[in-house]
Amino acid sequence: MATIEIDGKPYTAEVGQMLIQVADANGVEIPRFCYHEKLSVSASCRMCLVEMEKAPKPVPACATPVMDGMKVWTRSPKALTAQKAVMEFLLINHPLDCPICDQGGECELQDISVGYGKDASRYGEEKRVVFDKNIGALIATEMTRCIHCTRCVRFGQEIAGIQELGALGRGEHTKISTYIGQTVDSELSGNMIDLCPVGALTAKPSRFNARAWELQQLDSIAPHDGIGSNIHVHLRRNEIIRVVPKQNEAINEIWLSDRDRFSYQGLTAEDRLTVPMIKKEGQWQPTDWETALQAAATGMKQIVEKYEPDQLGGLASATATLEELYLLQRVIRGLGSDCVDHRLHQIDFADQAHAPLFPYLGMPIAEIERCNTALIIGSHLRKEQPLLNHRLRKASMNGAKVMFINPIAYDFNDMRIAQQIITSPNDLITTLSGVAKALLVGKNNVIPQQLEDLLADTKVTEEQQTLAQSLETGDHRLILLGNLATSHPQFALIRALAVAIAKLSSAKLGYCAEAGNSAGAWLAGVLPHREAAGMPISTPGVNAYTMLNKGLKGYVLLGVEPELDSYDGAKALENLQKAEFVVSLTAYVTDTMKTYANVLLPISVFTETSGTYVNNAGTWQSFTAVVIPKNEVRPGWKVLRVLGNLLNVSGFDYDSSEQVRSEVCEKLGQKTTDNLNSWQVPNDLSARKIDGLQRITELPIYATDMIVRRASALQFTRDATSAKGVHVNSNVAAQIGATEANVVQVRQNAAKISLPLVIDERVPDGCVLIYAGQAENVALGSWHGWVELTA
Amino acid sequence: MKAIVSYLKSLFLLELIKGLRVTGGYLFDRKITVQYPDEKTPMSFRFRAHHALRRYANGEERCIACKLCEATCPAMAITIEAAPREDGTRRTTRYDIDFTKCIFCGFCEESCPVDSIVETSFFEYHGEQRGDLLMTKAKLLNMGDKMEAQIAADRAKDAPYR
Repeated sequence: MATIEIDGKPYTAEVGQMLIQVADANGVEIPRFCYHEKLSVSASCRMCLVEMEKAPKPVPACATPVMDGMKVWTRSPKALTAQKAVMEFLLINHPLDCPICDQGGECELQDISVGYGKDASRYGEEKRVVFDKNIGALIATEMTRCIHCTRCVRFGQEIAGIQELGALGRGEHTKISTYIGQTVDSELSGNMIDLCPVGALTAKPSRFNARAWELQQLDSIAPHDGIGSNIHVHLRRNEIIRVVPKQNEAINEIWLSDRDRFSYQGLTAEDRLTVPMIKKEGQWQPTDWETALQAAATGMKQIVEKYEPDQLGGLASATATLEELYLLQRVIRGLGSDCVDHRLHQIDFADQAHAPLFPYLGMPIAEIERCNTALIIGSHLRKEQPLLNHRLRKASMNGAKVMFINPIAYDFNDMRIAQQIITSPNDLITTLSGVAKALLVGKNNVIPQQLEDLLADTKVTEEQQTLAQSLETGDHRLILLGNLATSHPQFALIRALAVAIAKLSSAKLGYCAEAGNSAGAWLAGVLPHREAAGMPISTPGVNAYTMLNKGLKGYVLLGVEPELDSYDGAKALENLQKAEFVVSLTAYVTDTMKTYANVLLPISVFTETSGTYVNNAGTWQSFTAVVIPKNEVRPGWKVLRVLGNLLNVSGFDYDSSEQVRSEVCEKLGQKTTDNLNSWQVPNDLSARKIDGLQRITELPIYATDMIVRRASALQFTRDATSAKGVHVNSNVAAQIGATEANVVQVRQNAAKISLPLVIDERVPDGCVLIYAGQAENVALGSWHGWVELTA
Repeated sequence: MKAIVSYLKSLFLLELIKGLRVTGGYLFDRKITVQYPDEKTPMSFRFRAHHALRRYANGEERCIACKLCEATCPAMAITIEAAPREDGTRRTTRYDIDFTKCIFCGFCEESCPVDSIVETSFFEYHGEQRGDLLMTKAKLLNMGDKMEAQIAADRAKDAPYR
């Protein structure tokens, strides 16, 4: 501890802290541009100069560590003159175009020049001009305004992990630029907009749309990934202008992924459904709520009466709120059916009865950065949950050993990866068994004898041995199961092996939730085998895959486009079209939807409804509506409540979404989840193998749900455009005699389509990477299987 | 005695004649009534009436959608929406002034960094139906085009005092 004096007042500080940190902590204002609490110190702007006792010249507060007995003056004549002079230098080359600058009104340069600058300019010479670059669909540039604080450059290096912007040249010729002709493709790039103190980097989707002073700031929760980032929604006249992060150190710190930042564009997509619609004699017609709800209720009742109750199934997206999900399962269960599910990307449900209460991360989100050892199984974490990946990257930078077992050699933005095992879906089970076997040596009674026996014949490769050894180092160990594991045809086995590996290496086991409210969906009981709060059901209904693959007579869809959102889109579409009655609670209407649905009910999406999301770490985050939905759009929970009333389901008299929430809360009580003891010991460890080329399917970052798919700017990013075509490595390409951009015939089961070939060396031999959620790939069907390519 | 004087005064209509003398004086005096609309009174070049949006000599609209006028308007009469134009410049897509709200204070003109929104001396406008007094961007630009000579002349006269 050190005691220092700032402006004559004593403060205590930690030795090694920078002066500016002490000032910030105690509310002493020091102007700054380049210093940012989350980034390294560059001391390049010189704006934070302060006078220090015994120092001949003013010193930068951001780069001066505190020492005991230090005396500092931030507003002394010497400090003020220095600050004024720096401000004058900064303004030499800064254009006076505040009226057309999007940063105007919230610009740090504007504010500080009013507070610390001179009132008139003495500079009459020519100003520097820097030509603009197109650096992608998300960030607009005006590089003449740049003051070279290098926050964006340091963000790229230190947080995003890919240095996409850099400073070229020296002195007055310094330019911030990308590598020649390249765009900024980071999934966290939007944060540079927030970091930029001037108007050099601004948001492209909301370019010129509004001024800071017109905006109203309301809080909400982002729905697209399991961490549930806290956001500020900026509105003007009931229109969302932009979304910015809200600081929450336990969840998203001050960052926000581009998906959460720009997905709001999807809310105003052209195909937004704004009035209820029903199909009458083959013709679609808009109608009023009463008619539509009556039609929906009658249709659902008829299915249940005419056939078995089990012929009515409910499918929901995990981007819906906890309240909507809870009410959906209550409506379906009220009609006597247990066929309700949200796990649309999963196929193996063998051990679902033994699954944990909800897919828990295994530890709070902020804990991840304190891991010493982490093994991630089947996850493109960087694109699945960008901010979780950021935490893991932080851990790796602090020396943690991070290992991956993945089907594709993903690039994890400069993360220090200790080891990455690339294994095709066929070999995943064998690889995991190998790791488990390697860990088993010298350990007794950690895992059941039955599993030990099954592992007896397993051979351990050198690679697996190394991985196992690394897993046994460090105090905080974590095993994470990602989305590629969840959608694997032998997920149950993977889960069992992951639990075994976790037990053997005394690590914690975590699951990566797929969507913003996956945990909520489990807790709300949108599962065929469990009611709300994990209450088991003696005779479970059928799961999502079976519902869509075997076909039911009636469906209730909540915020899903099954052809894009489910494991086998082609089959799903076929069975939906065959069904007698389909009611879709949806925010959008597509032509495909019109081919299978009978009633379309327009529901609101995030920011338009009140509700709750439960994140990956089990944190309940409630929010209120911030926008009034257009036209006849109504919150989903209200629609489901009326539907429940019309169907005479008892206890459907909720007045608010809070009531629904507290009902789930009450049922849940003090229940907690235990990932390590929720598993089923397998009877067999043999892997189901596919001959020929195996399909690997990844759900790309900007196709995860209905809203994101309609966020126009995101669809122009490289992450979205590169998710097209069929990806193989050059060996496979050579075998079929095709080269980059050739159109090849892709055959999977009975389906045959033509797709452009993309040479992608990340894909292992014998495998083909085809992305999900793409309209042109739907016909191919299931996410795994044998694929034939012909040139 | 008093009664007799009073009687005589009223008999000879003395008060009336006194009054008519004033009337008569004005009857032959120089007339100051202006035959509006045929004749008009002189106006200050700072007169503030109907707004207009100006253009540069090359025909480009001046307004850059900085929204300072909207922010400064004390009557909240101005509504602006902006977006990038095809050439990438910042332009308004909507510029409305509600004349039923406007108090003609001239703050919008004062705040404009490019002398785009101005108040002309044209005050003889009217509205016949609802909405006529909601001045849209097209109407305002049109006004600017029509009045440009006058606007420029008025600004030139005011320049020495600024």
